[in-house]
Amino acid sequence: MQSGNETAAQLATPKASPGVSRHAILLQGDSRYRFRKAFSGIMAAAVAACTVFGVTILWIILGYVLVRGLPALDLAFFTERPMPYGEVGGGVAPAILGSLYLIAVACVIGLPLAVLAAIYLSEYSHGRFGDAVRFVIDLLAGLPSIVVGVFVWTLIVINTGSFSGLAGAVALAIIMIPIVARTVEAILNLVPNSMREASLALGVPMWKTILRVVLPAAKSGIITGVVLAMARAGGETAPLLMTTLGNSFFNFDLMQPMAALPVQIYNYAVAPYADWHTKAWGSALVLIALIGALSLLTRWAVRGQKLGES
Amino acid sequence: MQQSAPVRGSSRIRLDVDAAGRGDRIFEGATKAGAIAILALLAIIILLLLFESRNIFGHQGIGQFLFTTTWDPVFREFGVFAFIYGTVISSVIGLLLATPVAVGAAIYIVEYAPRWLRSPVSFTVELLAAIPSIIYGLWAVFILGPVMRFHIEPFLQTWFGPIPIVGNLFEGTPIGRDILTAGVILAIMILPTIMAISREVIMQVPDTQRDGMHALGATKWEMIQGAVIPYARAGIAGAAILGLARALGETMAVTMVIGNASTSITGSLFEPGYTMASAIANQFREADSQVYLSAIIAIALVLLVIAMIVNILARILIYSLVGKQSNSSRIG
Amino acid sequence: MSQETIEQTQTIQDDSLAAGMEVRNLSAYYGDFQAVKDITMPIERGKVTALIGPSGCGKSTFIRCLNRLHELTRGARVSGQAFLEDQDIYASNVDPVQVRRVIGMVFQKPNPFPMMSIYDNVIAGIKLNNARKSRGELDQIVEHSLRGAALWDEVKDKLDHSGASLSGGQQQRLCIARTIAVEPEVILMDEPCSALDPIATFKIEELIAELKERYTIALVTHNMQQAARVSDFTAFLLSGEERYGRLVEYGPTQQIFTNPQDEQTEAYITGKFG
Repeated sequence: MQSGNETAAQLATPKASPGVSRHAILLQGDSRYRFRKAFSGIMAAAVAACTVFGVTILWIILGYVLVRGLPALDLAFFTERPMPYGEVGGGVAPAILGSLYLIAVACVIGLPLAVLAAIYLSEYSHGRFGDAVRFVIDLLAGLPSIVVGVFVWTLIVINTGSFSGLAGAVALAIIMIPIVARTVEAILNLVPNSMREASLALGVPMWKTILRVVLPAAKSGIITGVVLAMARAGGETAPLLMTTLGNSFFNFDLMQPMAALPVQIYNYAVAPYADWHTKAWGSALVLIALIGALSLLTRWAVRGQKLGES
Repeated sequence: MQQSAPVRGSSRIRLDVDAAGRGDRIFEGATKAGAIAILALLAIIILLLLFESRNIFGHQGIGQFLFTTTWDPVFREFGVFAFIYGTVISSVIGLLLATPVAVGAAIYIVEYAPRWLRSPVSFTVELLAAIPSIIYGLWAVFILGPVMRFHIEPFLQTWFGPIPIVGNLFEGTPIGRDILTAGVILAIMILPTIMAISREVIMQVPDTQRDGMHALGATKWEMIQGAVIPYARAGIAGAAILGLARALGETMAVTMVIGNASTSITGSLFEPGYTMASAIANQFREADSQVYLSAIIAIALVLLVIAMIVNILARILIYSLVGKQSNSSRIG
Repeated sequence: MSQETIEQTQTIQDDSLAAGMEVRNLSAYYGDFQAVKDITMPIERGKVTALIGPSGCGKSTFIRCLNRLHELTRGARVSGQAFLEDQDIYASNVDPVQVRRVIGMVFQKPNPFPMMSIYDNVIAGIKLNNARKSRGELDQIVEHSLRGAALWDEVKDKLDHSGASLSGGQQQRLCIARTIAVEPEVILMDEPCSALDPIATFKIEELIAELKERYTIALVTHNMQQAARVSDFTAFLLSGEERYGRLVEYGPTQQIFTNPQDEQTEAYITGKFG
């Protein structure tokens, strides 16, 4: 490479520096270049190692859940209620049903609101108000779930004097709303304008166009967004601990405490009994399987439909 | 016209809309009501928490609540500073451990990974993000905790303990249920968040920037360092801060490993601690007086304010890079 | 410059001129798709060689092969040879990074580094390999390069401003300054004026005429008038029904534009297609 003085010299300076053939540069460069090249290789290895670490840690965690959880699984685990310590057998059936029930009620409470807001943002709002709503949705999405738990606990549990399934469902709904609203708005924005114009040009009013053309076109994306939110809600623990509390018995009365899988895992895990720890791993395996099945089911349900996927 | 007409469409279409105006006005009104309800929801959350916190602030004043470390429900002294300390320290540990790994992995995926490897890795990251916090907690209690206690913490103590100042961080008996373990599990939990957003941000760096640096004779890493990272810097910072926001509010996994024992601040990472979230989760059922109840709600309020500030900061940084592109692709 | 320099670089007789290139049977691929087939042509030292042809004829792909930038695209590869004087840059023992250090490139869209100041943009390439240079030396290189790119007078008072704060034409000249700061042998230009207005284009064309005093230049252009104005040699590329680009005709610019040997060339330069 050229030494400093030459580089700064006048316009007619030849480019190759004294003593070094141009071709030598092409071939291997100087010692400093060999260092640069080695450093580049080291950094490539380092970022690859980061990736390997991130991927490995996931499979380690999943592997533990699988290996430690499998021994807990038998028929009774899926059909019976949890037994007090010392009694043989027992299962997490109330927790599985409770989780599904809570998510369903949460959907009933939260989805209409979230979808309406998403339609408003995508189809009607173009001004500051829409930006404000988007901003608030982002803030809600960033709210720690324990804060949602405290809110619902204060609002419902303390006021009614009882932990209840309803309180849990409300908490889950609040967690789902921003997720659904955001994904659905994004999906509706992907529906090409030409589809709306084609319908409007036929004299179909805007609201019918949205209901009959826009929403059906975005169907698969909307389903994906909803399932995403359901999966997220299904794994929530802290807000449920503060609202539904958990229950060892079957209960479908929304005004009573209700069992939920994540809460069951927590109760099993913090107890001092080895048998319960195994049950905690087993429940964790069931929870992961449920969440996984939910998303696989969606992928299957919306297969072949391009819009809004991935 | 302005009350119902959509911005889209030609003037002829607007005439049609007017003809069917009533249905449209009702429908738009309904959707707008949904949007307003969401605004109201956040307002209600904030106002209710504020209102229900009033007892504690009346009881001892906001300064004593925020800046003292004595949390003694029996004597009705409620200082949350130790909880704030535990929250911040464990989250910062998580952030410091996770960010380099997450950004490195994001760089690998965008800049190095062969095409066939991209989607399996991205899928794995999505999975990692989808695992519920309780399962991280379970794993941390039974697997990570013992590893920390018997291997990592004694190792750190042996090698860094004798060093002045740094050694203070590693004082005490390794128990595996402490601030450091909480920080490590937080790092694992926020890894996918930071990685996924960093990947998005790095993918937004135009190829012309890469070409420009390559054409000057840069090695691959020099290209990344000189062209990609500076361009993506704000977005990567946003990704890290969003990860921080998630760590600050994380409850279950932290509650299960942080020890929930001490309210004193010793400076050692081997000390059990409390975070704001874990204090709430552990104590809400013990609240036997109005003041105690109100103190717990006030913790949630403090957490909410911190989370909001951090979230807003993160989103400003990310939008400055990614938001522009996604907004311009928006229809209408 | 000095007598000894000329003697020591034995492979090049007249060292006041930059090195030339000679392309032999070069083909470029994107995966299975062949974008350029079997191109053989010289790039004369110290001259401007224009590469013209309709969109999609592979001229941009071809020029990216000349400093081994093409192979950075995922799935892309190159076969054939390209000699810089007597060294094949595709020989197995040649380092592509060093090739790019000697054969610089200016791109279609001005791409200054937006997070760097104008000053840092210019020395971006220098800093890669010369860790220790005094501030004074760097100042000299910056001034020298910016003068060389006819940009000095416009930016000398705001060297600490961001490179992105300049106009499009200024940005492109900043990219040229950045390229000449590392003192390459060859400068490849891939439609450098396509994003610029006529006045900025005129300035770049003037600059090209100056630069060929010191550098060998290959210029891809969509604009035949530009090729006629600034180049000494012209190569006409075309992708026929085969879809890959091939060299139809190469010769002195004057000949190509006044007396083309190939009827396709004639059809193109007279505006019958393209």
